[in-house]
Amino acid sequence: MSDTSLHTPDTLRSRSEAVAGALPALMADAQHLAATILLGDHGRKRAGTGDEFWQYRPAEAGDSYRSIDWRRSARADAPFVRQTEWQAAQSVMFGVDDSASMTFTGHKNRPSKLRRAQTLAMALAILAVRGGERVGLTHLSEPPRGGQAQLMRMAAALMDGHEAGDYGAPKPRVMPSGSRAVFFSDFLGDPAAIETALHQAADRGVKGALVQVLDPDEEAFPFDGRTVFESMSGAIKFETLKAKSLRAAYLSRLAERKDHLRTLARRTGWRYHVHHTDTLAEPTLLWLYRALERVRG
Amino acid sequence: MIANLAFAAPLLLVALIALPILWWLLRAVPPAPIRRRFPGVALLLGLRDDDSQSDKTPWWLLLLRMVAVAAAIIGFAGPILNPQEQRLGTGPLLILMDSSWASARDWSARLDRAELLLAEAGRAGRTVALVQLTDLPPGDLALQSASAWAARMPNLTPAPYAPDLMAAAAWATALEGPLEVFWFSDGIAHPGRDDLTEVLEDLGPISVFQGARDVLTVAPPTFADGVIQIPLQRLGGTAPQDVTVVAHGLDPAGIPRDLARETVTFAAGETTADLALSLPPELRNRITRFELAGERTAGAVALTDDALQRREVALISAATEDEAQSLLSPLHYLRQALDPTADIIEGALLDMLLASPDAVILADIATISPDEQSALVSWVENGGLLVRFSGPRLAASDLARDEAGPLMPVRLRAGGRSVGGAMSWGQPKELRPFDDTSPFFGLEIPGDVLVTSQVLAQPDPQLSARTIAALSDGTPLVTRAPLGQGSVVLFHVTANAEWSTLPLSGLFVQMLERLAVSTRPVAPDAADLVGTTWTPDQVLDGFGTLRDAGVMPGVAGQDLATAPLSAVLLPGLYSDGDRRIARNVITPETTLAAAVWPADIPVEGMAAIAPTDLMAAFLTTALILLLVDAIVALWLSGRLTSLSRGVAVVALVFGVPHAVDAQTLSDADLRAILATQEVTLAYVITGDAQLDRVSAAGLQGLSNTLFLRTSVEPAPPIGVDLETDELAFFPLIYWPISPDQPLPSADAYARLNAYMRSGGMIVFDTRDADIGQFGSGTPEGRRLRALAAPLDIPPLEQVPDDHILTRTFYLLQDFPGRHMSRDVWVEASPPDAEQIEGMPFRNLNDGVTPVLIGGNDWAAAWAVTESGQPMFPVGRGFTGERQREIALRFGVNLVMHVLSGNYKSDQVHVPELIERLGQ
Repeated sequence: MSDTSLHTPDTLRSRSEAVAGALPALMADAQHLAATILLGDHGRKRAGTGDEFWQYRPAEAGDSYRSIDWRRSARADAPFVRQTEWQAAQSVMFGVDDSASMTFTGHKNRPSKLRRAQTLAMALAILAVRGGERVGLTHLSEPPRGGQAQLMRMAAALMDGHEAGDYGAPKPRVMPSGSRAVFFSDFLGDPAAIETALHQAADRGVKGALVQVLDPDEEAFPFDGRTVFESMSGAIKFETLKAKSLRAAYLSRLAERKDHLRTLARRTGWRYHVHHTDTLAEPTLLWLYRALERVRG
Repeated sequence: MIANLAFAAPLLLVALIALPILWWLLRAVPPAPIRRRFPGVALLLGLRDDDSQSDKTPWWLLLLRMVAVAAAIIGFAGPILNPQEQRLGTGPLLILMDSSWASARDWSARLDRAELLLAEAGRAGRTVALVQLTDLPPGDLALQSASAWAARMPNLTPAPYAPDLMAAAAWATALEGPLEVFWFSDGIAHPGRDDLTEVLEDLGPISVFQGARDVLTVAPPTFADGVIQIPLQRLGGTAPQDVTVVAHGLDPAGIPRDLARETVTFAAGETTADLALSLPPELRNRITRFELAGERTAGAVALTDDALQRREVALISAATEDEAQSLLSPLHYLRQALDPTADIIEGALLDMLLASPDAVILADIATISPDEQSALVSWVENGGLLVRFSGPRLAASDLARDEAGPLMPVRLRAGGRSVGGAMSWGQPKELRPFDDTSPFFGLEIPGDVLVTSQVLAQPDPQLSARTIAALSDGTPLVTRAPLGQGSVVLFHVTANAEWSTLPLSGLFVQMLERLAVSTRPVAPDAADLVGTTWTPDQVLDGFGTLRDAGVMPGVAGQDLATAPLSAVLLPGLYSDGDRRIARNVITPETTLAAAVWPADIPVEGMAAIAPTDLMAAFLTTALILLLVDAIVALWLSGRLTSLSRGVAVVALVFGVPHAVDAQTLSDADLRAILATQEVTLAYVITGDAQLDRVSAAGLQGLSNTLFLRTSVEPAPPIGVDLETDELAFFPLIYWPISPDQPLPSADAYARLNAYMRSGGMIVFDTRDADIGQFGSGTPEGRRLRALAAPLDIPPLEQVPDDHILTRTFYLLQDFPGRHMSRDVWVEASPPDAEQIEGMPFRNLNDGVTPVLIGGNDWAAAWAVTESGQPMFPVGRGFTGERQREIALRFGVNLVMHVLSGNYKSDQVHVPELIERLGQ
C-alpha cells in the first residue's frame, strides 16, 4: 500500500480541511432542541432562549412584568414583550470503521477505503464545528465537543491504531439522545452488528447516515482464473478454479447486502449512501450535508 | 523432402515416445492459483464453482506444448536437409571452365558450384588446377591446394568471347594423367569441343556441369525500309517467351537513357525472333546499343555503329513549282543518291533548320532572304554542312560576284562556261585524279564522267586551297570553305545531268558519302579496311558491360573485319577518324547450337544445394511455442488483466480518431463557410423585427439585381449580431438606425473599427430623409450620433459630383432610396487631393470609403417579397419606378465600389494613355 492510500495524523487534518473548504458551513437540523440543554448559535426561527433579538409582541396574560420591554412599550399605548430567538447546538457523532478490510485498495493510485472514510468524516466534522456544532467519535467514551481543539483530538483518535479483525462494526459507546450520527464502513462483515447498532440508535432517537465505502474492484469483481481469495488479515480464505464464473453470484450477494442496508436504514429513519473510492469525495460530502439537514421529525 | 532429411543424432528421436506420458502429466496438473487479498471474500463464502472442467488444461494448449516439446526433441536430434552425398575421388583434379560470354548468364552459380567442389577436394586433400578455356595458362599445369584456388575464385570473370577449343585440345594433349576433370560448360557447341573431350577422356573421368538457364542473344541490328531489324536467338527454352529489348543512348542533354523499350515474343518451339523497331531519326541516331533486359551477358548486347546512323539531309531547290519531267528536277539525282542511306526532309528552309539536319543541300538557289541567310549562317557555324549546286540561276545571278560572302566558298565569274557543246571548240572535260589532301582521295574516277558546263571561280590566292576536286584543265569542280565549325561546299555543276554526267555515276554517291552528307550503308569488308588502323573507344566485358577502352592498342583494319574475337580483339566500338565500327559478340551469321556430350560423361546441373542444418529452426520454433504457451497460460489463469487492459487502451486509442473526425463543425464555423463561399451582403440586426425583415428583403433585392446585371453573384444576405459575429467576411454591412437601438459593447466597437480599417464598408441609413436633413435632430439622427461616437469615422463630405460612386457601374448623379435626398456623406477626399482630370485621388483603403451615411431608406426601396415583387411603394407612378431603378443602380454602384476600390477612378486616365500611345 502506498503512502497516499492511508492517512497519517499530519495529513488527515490538512486534507480534510481542503475538502471541507469547498462547502458552506454545515447547519445541522436540530430537531430535538428541548432535549439538549446546551445553547448553540443556531437560530431556530422561532422565539425561545437565545441571545439574538427575535421580535416584539404585545404582552399577554401570563407574561411576567420582567419580560415586558419598557422602552418599546413607552412608544405605544400597550405593553410589549421582547422575545429572543431560540438557539440550539447539535451533536454529530462519527463512527469510522478502521478494521483490516477497510485498508484495501484495488489500485495503487486509489486511496484505501479507510483513508477516504476518514477524510469524509473529518470534513464533515470540520463543517459541523464551523457551524457551531459539537462533534465526537462514537467509539470513544468522551462526550461531543466543539472547537478546533476537538477537531485535533478527533484526528488523532481516528488515526489511533486499527481495530483488530477483518471486519468492523459500529460500536456506539457515546450517543447523546437526539444527536446525529454518521457511520462509515464497507459493511461487508456480519450485518447483525449493524442492525444492533442502528436499533440501539433508533431507540435513543439518534438519526443519521450510513455511508458504505467500497473499492471499485469490490463492485466489479474483475478476476478470472484459479484464485485463492484471502481476507485482509488472511484469516478467511476461499479458493475458486474459475473466478469469472463466480462474478454473477458475488454481485447478486453484494446487491443483496446493499439492499439489506438500505431497508434497515429506512426502517430506522436513517439514510444510506454508497461511496466509491475512485470517485471524488465532494459529492458524498454534499450528500451527507443534505442528508443531515433533511432528517426532520 | 523427407528423403532429403537426415539426423545427426537419430537416437534422440526415441524421446518422442515420452510425449504421451507428458500429455497425461500435463492434463493431470491444473495451473497454479493466484493469491489475492480481497475484502469481498466474506460474500464469496459458500459459493461453489459451477464448472469443474476448468481446472484441466485445455486440449489445444496441451497440443501446443506437445508440439513445442516435439520440436525441441527433433531439433536436438540435429536434422539436416539435403545432406551432401560425398564425391569419392582421389588424385589431382582439373577444373575447366568455359568462361565464355555465355557463361556469364549464371556466373555466380558456377562459382558457387566450383567452390563447393573445391571445398570437397580440399577435404579429400586433392590437388587442383583450375583453367579458364578462354585464357589458357602457359606452361605446365599448376596443381595447387584447393584452398589456394578457392581464394582466387572471386577474381574470375567470364570473357566476352568464345573459347578456342581447338587450341585447348592442343594444349590438353600436353597434359599427363591421371586427372579427374570437372568441366563447367556454357552449353554451346563451340567448334572443337569434341576434340577436347576426346583428349580429356584419355586423362581420366570427366564430369560436366552445365547450367539450365536459356542463352539469349541479340545480333547487330540492320536498318531497312525505315525500320530497325533486330534479330534475336535463344538456346534452351521451347516455351513461348517474352523478351524486352532496350535501346540505350544519350538524350539531348548528354545523359544516358533508355531511348526505347520493346517486347518481342519467341513463339513456342522457335529459337529465333525478330524485332522491327520504328523510331524517329532523331531518336534512332542517338542509339548506342541494344540490350536484352535482364540478361547479363555480352551476347545480349549489340553495339551500333555508323550502320545505324542515318544523316538527316534537307533538300531545297528553287524550282518547286516546276512541273517539268522529274528526271530534270535538280533534286532527283540527289534523292536517288541519298535515299538508301540518309533521311531526306524537304520543306521551307527555316522550318527544316528547326529539325537540325546534318546537311542542307541547296540546288541552284541564288537568292536567300536575309532571315534565312542569318539562320543558315548560324546553323553552319554550329557545325552544319551546306552543299550548294550551281545551275542556270546561280550562273545568271550576281551572287558572289564581288565578294564570296559567308555562304559561298569562292567568288564566281559571271556567266560560267560551256565546253564541248555544239558552239564550242573544246571537248567535254574529264576529272583530274583527286589530290591527296582532298576528302575524295582514293576514289576511282570512272572514265565516262564528263563535264560540259560549269560556273567558274575567280582566280584567288585561296582558290587552290579551297578546291577539293578539279577538272582536267585545273578549273575547280568542287570547292569547300570552312565557316565556324561547319563548312560550305559548292559543286560547280548542276545536281542533275544537264551540265555533267557526274550525277549519273557511282562517283557522285561516293563523293557525297565522303563529304559525310550520307553514310556507308553496310559494314565494310576487309578489303575496304586494308591499311587502316582502328582504335577501340569502348569495349564490352563478359557481362555485357560497356567500359572505356583506355589505352588499349589499335587493331588493323583487316583484323577488325575478319579475325575472331579474342583477348586482343575484344568486342566493342572501334573508331578511325569520324568513322566508327562496332564488333559484336554475336554476328548475323552466328547460330546457337547446344553442346552434345558423349553418353558416358555425366552431365550435372549447376544447382548445388548446400546442406541445411535445421536444428536452429526447430529449436527456435520450440522456443516460440513455449513463449506462446507462457502467454496463453497467464491469460488462462487470469493474470493478464493488466495486459489486456493495456491492449484495450491501445485499441481505444486507435479507434477513437474516427469518433473525433465525426464531430460536426461548430455553428460559427458553418456560418463562416457560408459567408465566405460567395460574396455575401450583411445587415446589422437591430432587434426591431420589422426593421430587420426589411433589411434582409432589401439586401435580397439588391443581391438579385447584382446577380442579374453584373458578374457579382451574391449569396443570400446574412444578418450579423455585432456582439457575437465575425464581421471580416462581409464586404458591406447595412446598418439601419432605429431610435431605440441598444448601443453595442466596447468589444463590438473594437471589431467594427477593425472592420472599417481593413477595407470594410458600413452603410448607415437613418431612414428619415423625408423629415429631416443630415445632422438635424430627428430621433434617428440623434441615435446615429450616439452610435457612431466611438467609431473611428474619418472626416466626411457630401458625395461630390465626381466621386467614384457616381461611376463604378452606372453613371449616377443622385442616390435615392425610398426618399430622395442629396444628403449622402462619405469619407472626405484628402485636403491635398487634386482634381486630376476631374477626379480627386484617394489612397486610404484602396479608395473605398469606410462609411456611407444617408437617410434615404435604401433597403425599403430595394426590398422584394419572396415572390420577387417590390415590397414597398416608392414615389408615384412611373416616376416612382424610375426612382426605384435609380436606387437599385446606386446599390449596384455601392457594391462595385466596395469590391473594385478605385479601379474606376483609374479609368479617367485612359484618354491620356491612348493619347500617349499615339493612336
